[in-house]
Amino acid sequence: MHEWALAEAILASAKQVAEQENLKEVTEVTINIGELQQIEPPILRFALTQMKTDLFKNAKFHILKINSTLKCRVCATKWQFNLRKLDKATAEAIHFVPEASHSFIKCPKCGSPDFEIINGRGVWLQNIKGVKHNG
Amino acid sequence: MVDPRISVINQRLSGIKRIVAVSSGKGGVGKSVVATVLALLLAKEGCRVGLFDLDFTGPSTHIILGVPKGVEPKEEKGLVPPTFDGLAYMSLVYFVGDNPAPLRGVDVSNALIELLSVTQWGELDFLVIDMPPGIGDPVLDLVRLVERIEFLIITTPSLLAFEVVKKQVALLCELKMPIIGVVENMKMDKAKTVELSSLKLGLKYIGSILYDPKVEDAIGYPEKLLDTAVGKSMAQIKKSAKNKK
Repeated sequence: MHEWALAEAILASAKQVAEQENLKEVTEVTINIGELQQIEPPILRFALTQMKTDLFKNAKFHILKINSTLKCRVCATKWQFNLRKLDKATAEAIHFVPEASHSFIKCPKCGSPDFEIINGRGVWLQNIKGVKHNG
Repeated sequence: MVDPRISVINQRLSGIKRIVAVSSGKGGVGKSVVATVLALLLAKEGCRVGLFDLDFTGPSTHIILGVPKGVEPKEEKGLVPPTFDGLAYMSLVYFVGDNPAPLRGVDVSNALIELLSVTQWGELDFLVIDMPPGIGDPVLDLVRLVERIEFLIITTPSLLAFEVVKKQVALLCELKMPIIGVVENMKMDKAKTVELSSLKLGLKYIGSILYDPKVEDAIGYPEKLLDTAVGKSMAQIKKSAKNKK
């Protein structure tokens, strides 16, 4: 996902959570970024600060990178995504749609493309903290 | 933990007046050709149209349209689909090329959510979605995630196709999804079986498309495709499909 589109989604989602939690101000937002997404944290942080509304005016954005674990469904081998083994076009395809990895990455032991992304896929809003209405 | 992508999907689609999923419970009934021709005809009459190929494991609309290799969506606060023959066109093939995409259900859902949340369609009159066959994850995800989705059901005169389509219709009716109507593709005689059966199900029978062997030679050439029986029959069907029930 492109960093700006991602920032927009994070802020929209955090706003929904803040409303559910009756927060008048959000002070901290923790975001998990999966390794396969290859997001540049400084660009994401910049996009978040540029797009944030008053609800987030004093918010700190914590961006945590989650390492990937891929597991072969055929032979159960586990391994980690290695960006350096991919050419630029392939890495970019996986950056936009991590499922494209199934077209390019194979199990290092048995060669199957049938693997599960156990960790390191996607972007997640881990939690938010803030100040509640009425104290 | 919350998946933030979900919260922006309907925002991304907010500039689109109508979202039409060209769908069938059965494979091989011509969904992709019908979806592409419908989109082309709508664009030809001046509508702003997008075409989204959601058949991730068996995409074909890029072949029907003759999309050249190496074209990519433009990055602009998301992904802006390139335009071909007047259609804003999005497909997983931009990312996987000619390689197979062996995706399980959870991967299909993830790719679908990813593309729905990053694609910047802008203002459109119609977004036509070429669906994969069946009533699995993509149908359930669209029902779950996309407000204002409407289904256009494609079948052939075959009893085998229509019996499967009936299951899809039952599901969509149960989920209270709007169904524009039924299109009978590859018709070779004047039998009214599908028409009568559709009416019996309470569905609008929008029309039939004659089987035309020339369609094969028109694959990759949109103008030529519009000149086949499919293009001509669809011109009439398009009028009905445009009018809401």
